[in-house]
Amino acid sequence: MSLLNVENLTLQFDTDEGRITAVDDVSFSLEPGEVMGLVGESGSGKSVTAKALMKLNAGNAHYAPETKISLMLEDQSIDIMSLKSPREMQLVRGGAISMIFQEPMASFAPAMTIGKQMVEQLLIHSDMSKSQAKALSIEMLDRVGISDASTRFGQYAFEMSGGMRQRAMIAMALSTKPKLLIADEPTTALDVTIQAQVIDLMKDLVDEFHMGIIFITHDLGVVAQTADKVAVMYLGRMIEQGPVRNVIRHPQHPYTQGLLDALPKLDDLEAPLTPIAGDIPSPLERPSGCVFHTRCPKIIGDVCKRDIPHWVDTNASHRTACHLCTVKQGETA
Amino acid sequence: MREDMLISTRNLSVEFNIGSGVFSKQVLKAVDGISINIPRGSFFGVVGESGSGKTTLGRALLKAAPIARGTATYDDGENTYDLTTLKGAELKDYRKRAQLIFQDPYAALSPRMTVRDIIAEPLEVMGITKTREETDTRVREIAEKCRLNLEHLRRFPHAFSGGQRQRISIARALVSGPQFIVADESVAALDVSIQADVLNLLKSIQKEMGLTFMFISHDLSVVAHTCDHVAVMYLGRIVESAPTRQIFNSARHPYTKALFSAIPSLDPDDRGRAQKLEGEIPSPTNQPPGCKFHTRCPFATDICKREEPALETCEDGHAVSCHHWQDLR
Repeated sequence: MSLLNVENLTLQFDTDEGRITAVDDVSFSLEPGEVMGLVGESGSGKSVTAKALMKLNAGNAHYAPETKISLMLEDQSIDIMSLKSPREMQLVRGGAISMIFQEPMASFAPAMTIGKQMVEQLLIHSDMSKSQAKALSIEMLDRVGISDASTRFGQYAFEMSGGMRQRAMIAMALSTKPKLLIADEPTTALDVTIQAQVIDLMKDLVDEFHMGIIFITHDLGVVAQTADKVAVMYLGRMIEQGPVRNVIRHPQHPYTQGLLDALPKLDDLEAPLTPIAGDIPSPLERPSGCVFHTRCPKIIGDVCKRDIPHWVDTNASHRTACHLCTVKQGETA
Repeated sequence: MREDMLISTRNLSVEFNIGSGVFSKQVLKAVDGISINIPRGSFFGVVGESGSGKTTLGRALLKAAPIARGTATYDDGENTYDLTTLKGAELKDYRKRAQLIFQDPYAALSPRMTVRDIIAEPLEVMGITKTREETDTRVREIAEKCRLNLEHLRRFPHAFSGGQRQRISIARALVSGPQFIVADESVAALDVSIQADVLNLLKSIQKEMGLTFMFISHDLSVVAHTCDHVAVMYLGRIVESAPTRQIFNSARHPYTKALFSAIPSLDPDDRGRAQKLEGEIPSPTNQPPGCKFHTRCPFATDICKREEPALETCEDGHAVSCHHWQDLR
């Protein structure tokens, strides 16, 4: 039984300009100890998808009735959509599921010491005493490579550098021993050398704590270095998912191919950078059929504009939602 | 000084006074004795982590940060400016010839002005055009070069995506007809596909109009694809400077090597192969003695802690500042 099962997640927001679809029929699962990279441009719905796992989206969010999110804890399965009161949600928010954000300066309270914030959440999510919580917090700070952890415990977020703040954030997120960690662009605001340190740290921590991680990023290089499997999103739909080697070496969807072609490659400095034509459409004007058809260089005809493509297995556990793949499979079958 | 250089600096330093109390005067050396030559019509890259002084260097060359010591000159063949003494009418003239493109296209554009007004503002402020017709013609010309159409000019910035906004910023920087553009992290806030689009645009504009770019970035892979020459900065100093191809094929400084190996590889089988750098860049108010990189350098010896290495030329156009560069091949 998987750690996390998401089925038919559809999420809409009511805005002044009308109801917009942010996530459209997304399904995936995650095993314990597995790292899934969730990739896409801004506006693709990757953060909204992750927040939906804890029902953290704003009050104007509407979940479609067929949405099903279940989380496996010990031997019982929790139906997250059925949790209503904030008290019930506490079991998952910060407890079974923790989250790390992009900008650690914005996620720590500026007027509270790091230590106080770490202890506070442990008191809420466990039956530890204050002194036990403090001891565990200092141990966690030490574990993520912060030197002189007991001094740092009493400091404020502004007294730390960006890299150190992100380490403290990771220590805080992991001290409640979550089963699932959601990391939303955790290295984007960091310098490359610090990013490399944080990526290393997260890999060590997966080995040690064996939690599942959803790693949200727009950087395919970071995905290649961290993830076991990848899911690519575009305009609220998942369009390709599979093992990291397969997806990066043999991308099937024209969008995934486009993302890879747009990256500057270090082994060939002369290779031209190829942007994906056009801009991502406004969520108010979602294209019919395949959402990518307005920018797709390999569009095969009216079928792309008319029908939503089905998932096609292109390889072992590598699935793509593209009419081109459907046609190709029809030819070989 | 060579004749074909647009920008030349000798021992350029920028310092900020912090802690202005009577007893607690402290000086922050943001840029510390930098000598660079930027050839006319080139794409000159400056790379480094946050806190390396790359933005301050760019600002000093635009006369937007105070020059404490050293010299800096601008020479486009027709006009020459001494940036250390520039002021008054001459400084206003220089502003037409040297422009900046910012990092964040969401913060850089006024939400209350139409795109036409945003692009036209420098022309009006600098008194470059005399009539509204003249301004409009100029705005339309430059907008077309930046792939914005007439329909776009009537709208407000909120109607545009990140990539389109960055094209508006570029149009505004170019409208006064500058020779020298400082692009400070101009693609860092953009998605990869849009980043590729903006980089291609900058390159084609540079070729077409014969401009000189100083391209500041923390992303080595972006710099490698766009720049002719790369200077690597660490704590206010240049540690290595070379033509792009050379620095990629044979980086000499341990810091440059570490920066390259820290770029996440697209090959999943490359995991853990990177040469990791311990620690973080020290605070510029509390700089280590000797070679500034010695606190993080895996090859540091006693001499590195005592003496600051000079920037030595190791091959034509390739300079490195490291005591051990010859042993580290």
